[in-house]
Amino acid sequence: MNNGTDKWDWGAVSDFMPHFWDGLLITLQVLALGSLISFGLGLVWALAFRAPTRFIRWPVGIVTEFIRNTPLLVQLFFLYFVLPEWDIQYSAMTTGTIAIGLHYSTYTAQVYRAGIEAVPVGQWEAAKALSLSYTRTWTAVILPQAIRRVIPALGNYVIAMLKDTPLLASIGVLELLQRSRLEAAQTFQYTEALTVVGVAFILIAYPSSLLLRALERRLVR
Amino acid sequence: MTAGLWEHWVLPGIWITIQLTLYSAALATVVAFGVGMARTHRLRTVRFFAGFYTEIFRGTSSLVLMFWIFFVLPQLAGWALVPMWAAVLALGLSYGAYGAEIVRGALNAVTPAQREAGVALSFTPWQRMRLILLPQAVPEMIPPFSNLLIELLKGTALVSLLGIGDVSFAAYLVRLATTESAEIYSITLVIYFVIAFLLTRGMRILERKAKAGIGQKPEPGVGIMRRLGLRQSTDELTHAVKQNGGVS
Repeated sequence: MNNGTDKWDWGAVSDFMPHFWDGLLITLQVLALGSLISFGLGLVWALAFRAPTRFIRWPVGIVTEFIRNTPLLVQLFFLYFVLPEWDIQYSAMTTGTIAIGLHYSTYTAQVYRAGIEAVPVGQWEAAKALSLSYTRTWTAVILPQAIRRVIPALGNYVIAMLKDTPLLASIGVLELLQRSRLEAAQTFQYTEALTVVGVAFILIAYPSSLLLRALERRLVR
Repeated sequence: MTAGLWEHWVLPGIWITIQLTLYSAALATVVAFGVGMARTHRLRTVRFFAGFYTEIFRGTSSLVLMFWIFFVLPQLAGWALVPMWAAVLALGLSYGAYGAEIVRGALNAVTPAQREAGVALSFTPWQRMRLILLPQAVPEMIPPFSNLLIELLKGTALVSLLGIGDVSFAAYLVRLATTESAEIYSITLVIYFVIAFLLTRGMRILERKAKAGIGQKPEPGVGIMRRLGLRQSTDELTHAVKQNGGVS
């Protein structure tokens, strides 16, 4: 048994590994679903920024700015504690996924906006000259060009989201950080479990960012 | 919510949040300039270590880093930091790594001819940095730094999980005391938004001054954001820098 004075105990690492893989699975689930929410909602916000009436543009602009400039942690608590008061009950994991997706949708909205603005004016004019409908103009001409350009930027937010998933530990979701805290609480060995989790984040985030850089060279010119 | 809760928890909490933001921002600035300039150093080893630093600290989650500095560092090193300073260290080191990419990007964005002119005048590398590159690069850094400062402010909320009595922690206690969540959490969100707004205004003034010094006009904001005066148009760029490095 380790009494806390030894520096590093490989036994503790191997004891933690089964929990680590379970936690990683939850983290990746939250990440995948959160990304989908943020990609979808972000596109909705971005289209709303270009709505013909200011009664849509302004409220959406204010709401997204508010969400983007306040901490995810507080939003998480808001959703987790306040929604049940209004009789809306979700599991901690669902709440966390929605919070992270909603928060990052305000970032992806800006990415989409930049992508849409980067589509040359000639494309809009060509769509008009061909008398394409409003929907066709967006789905067949503008969005395919805009989204292609923004894929690497969206990928960057997926990595940023990955690094924010530990926040869900605060509402008790059993993702990586929470697993390591439980392990530490049981064995009184904080060093190994926390270090493994920290290293795991670097090992996932760094290769992913290299991959995105390669993707960026291919897609964005 | 009673006046007592305001006086004992929320107001001191706001002050702690502001202190944390300012101290971490100061540390992050030092780290950002140190590491960012090292990344443009002529020696490959220096560049490598600076790059290594940024990749490590950008790669890890700042909450995990904070827990690590709180719980693991004392066991490995045999000494512990006061919670407040441990939090400042964690925030400063990780946001400093993001800032380093901004510094590097801005330094690389200065026209090569400027550097060459410095070489032609036989300036030392440090003179070139101090007299030619930095004066032109610093005004360019301010808008992305402004966005990073807001991210840092949002990051300070994490310290509440370690029991430091910032605004988020105060909100948690008030929730326990009043068993009423909607009010206090709405107020907390508004408090953060107001601080963010004030910080952006301050950075905006700084930008105007710095750009006036080299005869430029500040960049305009976009749409409703211009009216709110918050995030600036360079936002996508900042985050590209946050992850990818380089403003290519």
